[in-house]
Amino acid sequence: MRTHRLPILVAAVALSLVGRNRLFAQSSSAKAAAPIDLTGYWVSIVSEDWRWRMVTPAKGDYASVPITAEAKRVADTWDPAKDEAAGEQCRSYGAAGIMRVPGRLHITWQDDNTLKVETDVGMQTRLLHFGSWKTPKEAKPTWQGESAAEWEIAGEAARRRGVVARSLKVVTTHMRPGYLRKNGVPYSADAVLTEYWDLYKEKNGDQWLVVTTLVDDPRYLQLQWVTSPNFKMEPDGAKWDPTPCSAKW
Amino acid sequence: MMTKAGLIGLVLLILVGMLIVVPARAQIDLSGDWVAREHEDWQDRTPGPEAVDYSGLPLSAEGRARALSYSASSLSMPERQCLYYPPHYVVIGPQGLKIWSESDPVTGAVLAWKINAFLDRDTVTIWMDGRPHPSKNAVHSFGGFTTGVWEGTTLTTYTTHMKEGYIRRNGVVASDQTTLTMHFSRHGNTLTVTALIDDPVYLTQPHILSRSWQLDPTANMAIVPAPCVPEAELPGLKGEGAVPHYLPGENPFVNEVTRMYHLPVEVVLGGAEALYPEFRKKLKDMYVAPPACVRYCCGWGGPPGTTGRGLNCFLDGTGRLWP
Repeated sequence: MRTHRLPILVAAVALSLVGRNRLFAQSSSAKAAAPIDLTGYWVSIVSEDWRWRMVTPAKGDYASVPITAEAKRVADTWDPAKDEAAGEQCRSYGAAGIMRVPGRLHITWQDDNTLKVETDVGMQTRLLHFGSWKTPKEAKPTWQGESAAEWEIAGEAARRRGVVARSLKVVTTHMRPGYLRKNGVPYSADAVLTEYWDLYKEKNGDQWLVVTTLVDDPRYLQLQWVTSPNFKMEPDGAKWDPTPCSAKW
Repeated sequence: MMTKAGLIGLVLLILVGMLIVVPARAQIDLSGDWVAREHEDWQDRTPGPEAVDYSGLPLSAEGRARALSYSASSLSMPERQCLYYPPHYVVIGPQGLKIWSESDPVTGAVLAWKINAFLDRDTVTIWMDGRPHPSKNAVHSFGGFTTGVWEGTTLTTYTTHMKEGYIRRNGVVASDQTTLTMHFSRHGNTLTVTALIDDPVYLTQPHILSRSWQLDPTANMAIVPAPCVPEAELPGLKGEGAVPHYLPGENPFVNEVTRMYHLPVEVVLGGAEALYPEFRKKLKDMYVAPPACVRYCCGWGGPPGTTGRGLNCFLDGTGRLWP
């Protein structure tokens, strides 16, 4: 009998070792468990949708955004002067739109479980909360909403082979209604933003951050809107240029 | 009968096998039918860009001059109608991707990943078996030569030995000296491919594009497309051998985007400077938005909840439906 207990014990140890990455990830801080280092200064490289991002397109130019008829009606009434007068000049700088606005990011750890993402354009701050953080029940909508973050974990079989995922997943809710595009293409308070942050290091030393961005909005989008803005790492903050929100430019 | 020590040894052996052996399999399964989400650069990828709109491209002077010589009428020549695109058309074109792997029949190791061909692009074969790239003097093909490695859960590929080919469908070309790096990252049923097109001849810095696809098992994509059959379309081109083109300074479309969208011509003609946020400061005093939408102004097409793509109007915003 004792002869059979020993292998079972050893097998149990084996299984616990197999799941060691997951256990480690659960028990340590997000900062300590980070499989990639996102901290530093990053600059937008606007090589896609240039005409819709670098300048404010004409009213009614909502090409490529799968908007509903109601969203079209809202976009057709866009009035930037009215937004500014109402103190709503940051509508295109909310979480669902800010990553596509040309500018720079400064990413730091606010604490061991909170990644802070600041933007110079619009002077916004996103806080990405890891671990056991929960969205406060009484949270009021804000431009940047409430973001829950987690390091992606490779599947069980992949982990057994020693594979480590290198991506950050962020889900943001409680966003104040804003614009996906500067010319008033709207997202509603019901929108949910899901992002996957991937880091790529090239042979020439360049580092790229690509944020796959999925916006679901039952009110204003017929389909999930999928984009992936690109950022290149910069050596320092020499070009950091804080600029307040503007509804007109 | 196995002794206690023998039994422990066997279990430890299994344990070591579980922890150490890394089978030559995919880190993440990329296989399946992936439907394009054309929510970025939709105009470039589907109806086609304006005749001269190089915004967002880090063109060199040579690249700009070459692009300005292009006339779309050249595609009416039978020998150019079926001209292929190099592998960077994976991210430039509008198509979905069918991806599958091919394995060694003896070891089961993945030898290559493959991305299906299209009417105008060869199958992309990504060799995973560690073979080297050919000599720099080896022949270049439209398919090029691609190798891949897994970096965590991302497949990174590197392509050389391509022929020259368009990187925007209005005549902007990448040379045969171009190399291509792609990163395939799968997140659930979303696949994002980030491509860096590095051309020392026609670009001043690598051109980055990232596109996304979503898994759709009902798409039933073909591995091999129907053949492209060239045909003489314009009587005037039959048998003459002339290649439609524009001589330097004679492209009639240079000011079209400026007229339509009010973009300064220096933006329209491309260049790396305009890719960076600080360029907006220059633009601020040079740009006034058009009073109304100019093209594709009718909203999103397709029934709600479907993957119908594009807009339900075309050209001038008058509501004329897609053909």
